[in-house]
Amino acid sequence: MYYFDPHIHMVSRTTDDYETLAKMGCVGMSEPAFWAGFDRGSVDSFRDYFRQLTDFEPKRAAQYGIQHYTWLCINAKEAENVELSREVIKMIPEFLDKPNVLGIGEIGLNKNTKNESTIFLEHMELAIKYDQQILIHTPHLADKYQGTRMILDMLTADSRIDPSRVLVDHVEEHTAKEVLERGFWAGMTLYPVTKCTPQRAADIIEMCGAERLLVNSAGDWGPSKPTAVPDLILEMRRRGHSEALIRQVVYDNPIAFFSQSQNFKFTHPE
Amino acid sequence: MSIPLNSQEVLDREYLEIRGKILELAASLDRLERAEGCVNEDNRMDLIRQGLQILLQDPNESKASQIQMLFSRVFEDDWREQFNL
Repeated sequence: MYYFDPHIHMVSRTTDDYETLAKMGCVGMSEPAFWAGFDRGSVDSFRDYFRQLTDFEPKRAAQYGIQHYTWLCINAKEAENVELSREVIKMIPEFLDKPNVLGIGEIGLNKNTKNESTIFLEHMELAIKYDQQILIHTPHLADKYQGTRMILDMLTADSRIDPSRVLVDHVEEHTAKEVLERGFWAGMTLYPVTKCTPQRAADIIEMCGAERLLVNSAGDWGPSKPTAVPDLILEMRRRGHSEALIRQVVYDNPIAFFSQSQNFKFTHPE
Repeated sequence: MSIPLNSQEVLDREYLEIRGKILELAASLDRLERAEGCVNEDNRMDLIRQGLQILLQDPNESKASQIQMLFSRVFEDDWREQFNL
């Protein structure tokens, strides 16, 4: 089955991973800007990172027939540095016309602080000003519920935000329902220890339905598994779910969401 | 949407996995008790005890959601006022 990984950090992966993903049916991916594992010191570090996301990675992916898209922002962890964040936000428009840029992301909260919230709101303003879609990171572990509620507060308080153009990622059992009920798209991240397993993701699909629900691997520099989406496909097959339902979650839904971005010119492989 | 498997099929499929997870949990708790010192006053031990209670509660409520909420920080409606945002 072909699938689309809507959230995977390929800058952290080897070229071998591109090959493996292609062999497992991955035909498209989107890569949100995120934390590099250390705090960067200047706006030029981000400019180089955005060049990597908009120029280098699409070429690397294309060697294996994978269409690569991306999202730009300064992540929540580095948003504690408000001054640097504002410089990065000011620089982002230089890249918004690049052909693989889908919008602003992954913006969000990490420890649910005032500075993070301030920069989240300023990213929202940027997305509104340039009519961009938004991809959102929700915090992990004990911070997730509180942070998700804060994010939903900020989004729903602004009537200029169209929920159907916003993807709220890393939802789990206690946050998925509210995100979906408020009209947003929701992403489940399959990741060891801190996020969701394929089995629990299948449970959430069964409890919430497949509408506006996506699944991704994150595949970053941490102990992650870039081939986690095929693990979910296998789990759903083992439970007896239809191929049409599985395809909706791993292929049709991400393409439907991304199709709202003017730069999304995905070519179906079939 | 429901799970296509019936409960007998789920049990057949997952019994050994559940058994293994309970055993891992039991061994972790044993390890805590064998180790030198005492962590009974550590708030995390209270959360673990509450979590174990949830597993034996009302089958009509999602145990996973209840466990998630148990280990979550509290959300306060007036957070924006607190932050002066």
